[in-house]
Amino acid sequence: MKKKLAVCLVCVFFLCLGVSAGAKTLKLAMDADPVSLDPHVQLSGGMLQYSHMVFDPLVRWDKNMNFEPRLAEKWERVDDLTMRFYLRKNVKFHSGNPFTAKDVEWTLERLKRSQDFKGLFEPFEGAKVIDDYTVDLVTKKPYALLMNMATYIFPLDRKFYTGTDENGQPKDLIAKTGPSFALSHESGTGKYTVGYREQGVKTEFKAFADYWDKKSPGNVDTIILTPIKSDATRVAAMLSGDVDFIMPVPPQDYARIERDAKSKLVTMSGSRIITFQLNQKRKPEFQDKRVRMAMVYAVNNQGIVEKIMKGTATTAGQQGPEGFAGFKENLVPRYDLEKAMQLMKAAGLEKGFECTMIAPNNRYVNDEKIAEAAASMLSKINIKVNLKTMPKAQYWDQFDAQTADIQMIGWHPDTEDSANYTEFLLMCPNKETGYGQYNSGNYCNPKVDRLILASQTETDQDKRATMLQEVEQILYDDAAFIPLHWQNLSWAGKQNVEIEQIVNVQNFPYFGDLVVH
Amino acid sequence: MFAFIVKRVVQSIFVMIVIAFIGFCIKHQIGDPVRDIVGISVSAEEREALREELGLNDPFMIQFGRFLKNAAQGDLGLSYFFKKPALEVILAKAPATIELVLVSSLFIIIFSIPAGIFAAIRPRHWFSRFMMGTSIVGVSIPVFLTAILLIFVFSVELNWLPSYGRGETVNIGGWQTGFLTIDGLIHLILPGIALSSIMLPLFIRLIRSEMMEVLETDYIKYAWAKGLKPGRIWLLHAFKNTLLPVITVGGVQLGIMIAYTILTETVFQWQGMGFMFLEAVERSDTSLLVAYMVFVGVLFVVVNTVVDIIYGLVNPMVRITGRK
Repeated sequence: MKKKLAVCLVCVFFLCLGVSAGAKTLKLAMDADPVSLDPHVQLSGGMLQYSHMVFDPLVRWDKNMNFEPRLAEKWERVDDLTMRFYLRKNVKFHSGNPFTAKDVEWTLERLKRSQDFKGLFEPFEGAKVIDDYTVDLVTKKPYALLMNMATYIFPLDRKFYTGTDENGQPKDLIAKTGPSFALSHESGTGKYTVGYREQGVKTEFKAFADYWDKKSPGNVDTIILTPIKSDATRVAAMLSGDVDFIMPVPPQDYARIERDAKSKLVTMSGSRIITFQLNQKRKPEFQDKRVRMAMVYAVNNQGIVEKIMKGTATTAGQQGPEGFAGFKENLVPRYDLEKAMQLMKAAGLEKGFECTMIAPNNRYVNDEKIAEAAASMLSKINIKVNLKTMPKAQYWDQFDAQTADIQMIGWHPDTEDSANYTEFLLMCPNKETGYGQYNSGNYCNPKVDRLILASQTETDQDKRATMLQEVEQILYDDAAFIPLHWQNLSWAGKQNVEIEQIVNVQNFPYFGDLVVH
Repeated sequence: MFAFIVKRVVQSIFVMIVIAFIGFCIKHQIGDPVRDIVGISVSAEEREALREELGLNDPFMIQFGRFLKNAAQGDLGLSYFFKKPALEVILAKAPATIELVLVSSLFIIIFSIPAGIFAAIRPRHWFSRFMMGTSIVGVSIPVFLTAILLIFVFSVELNWLPSYGRGETVNIGGWQTGFLTIDGLIHLILPGIALSSIMLPLFIRLIRSEMMEVLETDYIKYAWAKGLKPGRIWLLHAFKNTLLPVITVGGVQLGIMIAYTILTETVFQWQGMGFMFLEAVERSDTSLLVAYMVFVGVLFVVVNTVVDIIYGLVNPMVRITGRK
């Protein structure tokens, strides 16, 4: 009986396999699904991944961190404040409406109203429509990151989102807690339209027949996205062949997937830096540069990467990874216990002191273990660390209240640019300007602030890079924070799925271009 | 009977208010829901404005009063994450959990009754000893471990059964059921086994010990002396009286089983209420949490009431309780 049942089940399994192979359907499992269909409701990795499937940006990043034309075919600088975009013609929205410059203008205005995006689009004055297929983006001051921001402009269908819905609310309302029209309806220019959707359970993406990009090699008609939160289950689904593509892959399972003949693993060094901030206001000892330096020297971040992250991260000595404008090759990770002890002695603190540390335990990969390791490394230079870890739901309130002397934070710049790290993590905290919002170390160096502010309006990219590199050098020499590593990005899929071609360091896989053999 | 039910309803309303109050107390400790619905780089003022808008800055008693007032009208609040009424979210997830619990209960009933009876009748048989031995192991392995082991063996290594989710479901009047498709049924097997793995050994042991006790009583001895057939003695006379404590425990355990689904559902990505609850905790979706607690409270009250009624049907002596 059991055998019969087994045979039956195997038959059913192969039947399913046969069906899916014919129709070029991709079964995709991610750790979460898009929280809504409105791309402006929340700024998060998941929502941007969704935007790249259903909408198209003006430009997007290519693998080498250059800008690739999408809905903008070309662009040119008109003056210090203005960039002119020439838009693609014959592009249709999912609703059938044609795409024009007015949609870009409308989308930018909506972005400036979105709670999550308004900060990023604050430097923009607005968009000026020249003709149907030409639009100027105008900034208030010269703005270095204008093109970076253009990767976030996914034009929405102005006509589709205009008017009021059955509840009498405007259709373009950006509702955080819903319900609203835009939360459940979409009309973009992207390769996929959203078919069936049950939030948290399943989302079906269907290829859009009138998609403009005929040159794209992508051949996937249907993507079935299932969120699988549990790491072990997501990997099991991949290994058992229930899904074709998973992201992210938990580091402890890298080896398991590589051993599997049917699957392949793709990893890439990411740009999320994990750091510890040393609170100089709470702990007077941390005001002494030698003490901070000693702590940087005492933390063996290479060891953490090897032993705890199992080599699935890149050891960091500065904030931005290679490829970022501020990256400086000479700023290497520092670990030297001998030197750390000498520095402590020079500061007159060879007997050490006691301090507190907090870290989340479900926010970053292995965050709790990393904090434990760092605490025990610091004990070698007689700094006794009382560590407390907690779930992220509670962590950020504690972080903001600065309840501990040492606090962990990871940061990925929304702008994909070096300055963003410093703006949030290390500029002098200032409630009015919002700079230093996550600077719980209270490190404050007017020179750094000046350089960063100057870099914002410097449109000569070479000059700007020099400024940002100087910032990194100052932070390095000042031991402004303890750098640990950049987390790796990871994806896994069946052998016939060409993952390598569509993934990038921003972690926005371009599913429209995905080839499945 | 009627008086009994009325009493129960009054009791349960009181219980609900207490649960809601406790839920509200915890809610403020779980975290700030606003953190989860905005990106990390959103400024503090924006977050504050949103808190104000959602009424999260009001004093505790005002928030609680508002909740009670709305709850009386059947409105348990909006889920921050799903951006839909919390009750709607819970009801949409309930079929998945109920079907899972139903399947595991079925597994438990089908296996525990014959196994328990056998172990009671033939306590020294090798199979009885084997069962008692393995049941200890079964009870002591946590559900999530059983679940992961099952996935590893049957999905990853043998490739027989699917590893996650509910498979294909059919919508019957808003009830998403997995019972009507082969795919849906196949998807039920592993989670069903995992969920029953804790309760099954417990019930085998319970039935065995109760039955052994009953077999020692005078009326059974009398039945033997009367020369009745063994089958009749075991199944009709002894087993029926074994059932009483089993039903009581079963009722309580049914509630606990719904709670255990949190683990099983998380591992199998089973889209039920338990999974939703855990995610809501992680996202600090506090309004959904409170709604869920109230909902589960109602469920417990209903299950216990039903068990009491069944109890009365099986044992006429108990019926008096309702007639006071």
